[in-house]
Amino acid sequence: MTLAPPPATETAARNAAHRALRRVTRLPVAVGLSLTWLALMLLCAALADWLRPYDVTQMDLMARLSPPGTPGHWLGTDELGRDVLSRLIQSIRVSLIIAFGATLLSALFGTTLGFLAAQFRGAVEHFVVMLADFQAALPFLIMSLAVLAFFGTSMWLLVALMGFYGWERYARIARGLAISAGAQGYAAAVVQLGATPRRVYLHHILPNVASTLIVSMTLTFPEIILMESGLSFLGLGVQPPESSLGNMVGFGREYLTTAPWIMLAPAVVIMLTTLSISLAGDWLRDKLDPTIR
Amino acid sequence: MITFVLIRLVRAVVTVLAVMTFAFVVLRMSGDPAQVLLGPDLPQEAVDAFRKEWGLDAPLWQQYLSYFRAILSGDFGLSMRDRSPAIELVLDRVPATLQLTLPALLLKLGIGIPAGIYAALHRDSAVDRGVIFLAILGFTIPSFVMGLVLVLIFAVTLHWLPSGGIGTWQHALLPAITMSIGGIGILARFSRSAMIEVMGQPYIRTASAKGVRWQDVVRGHALPNAAVPIVTIVGFMVGSVISGAVVVETIFSWPGIGRLLIVSVANRDLAVVQCILLIIAAVMVVSNLVVDLLYGWLDPRLRAQPAH
Repeated sequence: MTLAPPPATETAARNAAHRALRRVTRLPVAVGLSLTWLALMLLCAALADWLRPYDVTQMDLMARLSPPGTPGHWLGTDELGRDVLSRLIQSIRVSLIIAFGATLLSALFGTTLGFLAAQFRGAVEHFVVMLADFQAALPFLIMSLAVLAFFGTSMWLLVALMGFYGWERYARIARGLAISAGAQGYAAAVVQLGATPRRVYLHHILPNVASTLIVSMTLTFPEIILMESGLSFLGLGVQPPESSLGNMVGFGREYLTTAPWIMLAPAVVIMLTTLSISLAGDWLRDKLDPTIR
Repeated sequence: MITFVLIRLVRAVVTVLAVMTFAFVVLRMSGDPAQVLLGPDLPQEAVDAFRKEWGLDAPLWQQYLSYFRAILSGDFGLSMRDRSPAIELVLDRVPATLQLTLPALLLKLGIGIPAGIYAALHRDSAVDRGVIFLAILGFTIPSFVMGLVLVLIFAVTLHWLPSGGIGTWQHALLPAITMSIGGIGILARFSRSAMIEVMGQPYIRTASAKGVRWQDVVRGHALPNAAVPIVTIVGFMVGSVISGAVVVETIFSWPGIGRLLIVSVANRDLAVVQCILLIIAAVMVVSNLVVDLLYGWLDPRLRAQPAH
């Protein structure tokens, strides 16, 4: 009596399951945790309106400065009796929206300038490189301080300003990659076939350099979160009644001795979020970037 | 070599000019300092007199030219707040800022680089993993969070150190540590990867193969080659030291240039802000220049080749 071999489909299914399992277990624990945390943050931002138990500005004057663990206020309340958890959830949304918007803007702006420099060379290229040099010479925080303080703060200005953060890196990368792509067969071939520059860049060069650009987006994203929260902490970023993680820390600072939880809750969220993006970004870079062993 | 230096010099001057222009344009176009300083209720004559006194009534390009001429002759203008020369106000704050930034820089170099090199030489060991983790932690925690947490622990809870102000060396301890932690993380990570890359080079294998002692391979062959990228990062850190000071000085109420910048920005004190922007750009440009020149000294190959 011999045992019948398991049907082929079953083996394939088992193999696939095995491979999937191995892929999951091969994901380092830290990266897994980071991705989970980031997913949680995205959920928070997306579902902020449903998740937060109270309105952001709703005051409970009887329960001012209640510590975390108070029934009804898990993370405590601030000096006006506003629920810290509700404000935290709203702040996560605001900070993430700014960071996403700014990262996209900066990638778009930088890549466009880089491609323009690669396409036209000559004076255009010199101009782009000079702009990049200038951007690198003046620390971004200082430049933003000057602009925000003198133009006043609005949400749009803030996103637009943050959208300049790190553009010079995309410009340099895009220019370098586009120039080397131009020397490779595929770009020259489509040019010979009569493709417009627009088509060459958007349909042929961009897909080939996208992974490197995405990797630098994972680098700029946490930096933009830090920059925005730094500015908000200094009182020049997001303005009340709107709240962001940074301005929660800034206001919480006043109550450091009596109610440290006001400042600690957003501080922990900032720390975990930027840490998670760094860990996940490193891992992604190892996966995507062919230039790194 | 001379063309190399000349090109760098010209680029440095152009950058400083660009920053000057940027400062001027942003500060002048964004609002009327007369309104901010004098308040909205003042009679029109007083506002006009103020504008005339500060040269704000001339066309923008004339203001720009006279601003330029004044700076070239060393005149950075008067602070609109207390009418003392802006440059004096700024220079007064320099020692306080140096009291924090120099120890912070020493901490960054003294801890970050050795930790990174040690981790690289003991790759994949427990120490290596620990260094990587702490390094990532160090530069992902924003300095304002780090500063406040340190204050909470060492000043509010333990009462070991003062929470702010200037005075004894104990006052400088927390701000200097806060300022250095991010840099330690960056340097540790950077030195580690620079060192790992160098250790994989054929000349290291050759040196080991011909029987050079391990310590001498590291000291004589690996370290000098890893120095170039590390120097680049250090140069960048020195250049951006003032922007790091802005946040830390605010947390610890430290009367340095960073605090002055925040206060002047809030008061729209044009001359002082312009002066600080220029100093920041100058520090940045000079440290980049020094780094460029150091390359030639560190790496003889760069000396022989003409720039570009």
